[in-house]
Amino acid sequence: MRLNYPSNVKIVNVPCTGRVDILHLLKAVEDGADGVYVAGCLEGDCHYLSGNLKAKKRVAYVKKVLEEIGLEPERAEMYNLSAAQGTRFAEIAREFTERIRELGPSPVGSGAKSGAEAA
Amino acid sequence: MVVGESKPIEEILAMVADFDKILLTGCKGCVTVCNAGGQKEVGILASALKIARKKEGREIQIDEVTLERQCDPEYIDQLEEPINNNSYDAVVSMACSVGPQYIAARYEDLLVFPALNTTFIGGSLEHGVWAEFCQACGACGIHNFGALCPIARCAKSLLNGPCGGSSGGKCEISPETDCVWHLIYDRMNRLGQLDKMANVVMFKDWTTSRDGGPRKIVREDLKQ
Ligand code: SF4
Ligand code: SF4
Repeated sequence: MRLNYPSNVKIVNVPCTGRVDILHLLKAVEDGADGVYVAGCLEGDCHYLSGNLKAKKRVAYVKKVLEEIGLEPERAEMYNLSAAQGTRFAEIAREFTERIRELGPSPVGSGAKSGAEAA
Repeated sequence: MVVGESKPIEEILAMVADFDKILLTGCKGCVTVCNAGGQKEVGILASALKIARKKEGREIQIDEVTLERQCDPEYIDQLEEPINNNSYDAVVSMACSVGPQYIAARYEDLLVFPALNTTFIGGSLEHGVWAEFCQACGACGIHNFGALCPIARCAKSLLNGPCGGSSGGKCEISPETDCVWHLIYDRMNRLGQLDKMANVVMFKDWTTSRDGGPRKIVREDLKQ
């Protein structure tokens, strides 16, 4: 499948979204990403049982931190899709890029891109 | 363990508002175990503060170091290297409040700030949940209460409970809070010691607690 997704989305591969830490997401924002999202497997489908559920809680924590320091919590998000849903992957990348475009560039960044963590 | 939690980031941001270079210090003791001020939390707080300051267009340099413990002078030595080789505007400690006091005592001319609210002596109920179990009264008497502490765990610290607010095993202050006197009754019953509950426990001598002033333990067998 050759699908297009916005080139501004930089992908960081992890073996499971359970490996994604709060600090990884914050570092993306600190280093200038306008937004950061985690693309995990469908809930209930985690190979390691609860990796994606842990990631979801960590994303929620990051949203809270962003809000506390006066940034839009929407700059962080958790998405769930299966590895077979390539079209959905591209769609999410477009959706999130659109959301960030509406929010405008991060006041932190140097006009850098948005990041994604996928598993 | 000593259980603490992070102060709101806003409060910490206000503490460091005037500074451009700080040292953020964690502790590998109790506050690592309760996920409040270990190496990981130091990294997260440092990142959050840096993001907030970048947003304001006034970047802040934050160096991170996590000590073995902050409540032993010999581990405060681990700060010598970073502090002597840098001109920090301030040190922020993520240990329990013993930590910032030890750092302030060592570095008389350095501003020191606490990043945690030290909350209680307790334990974990499950991952991510902690509760208070001891109030360090200085004269433990839990053997009178089925090995449960009514000083720390009863809202009124009653020695002869329960009060009239005990209902369905819960305390009147909140349906979330167990009535420890209900637990004491159940346990004494199970142990076949209900008759002991008829004894009136006399008022406590609080001089061993904070009422006697700041406390100190001196062990001649250990002292050098
Ligand atoms: S400084 Fe406080 S948190 Fe750290 S080990 Fe000592 S008592 Fe525990
Ligand atoms: S309800 Fe139980 S725990 Fe609450 S104040 Fe009364 S005796 Fe103490």
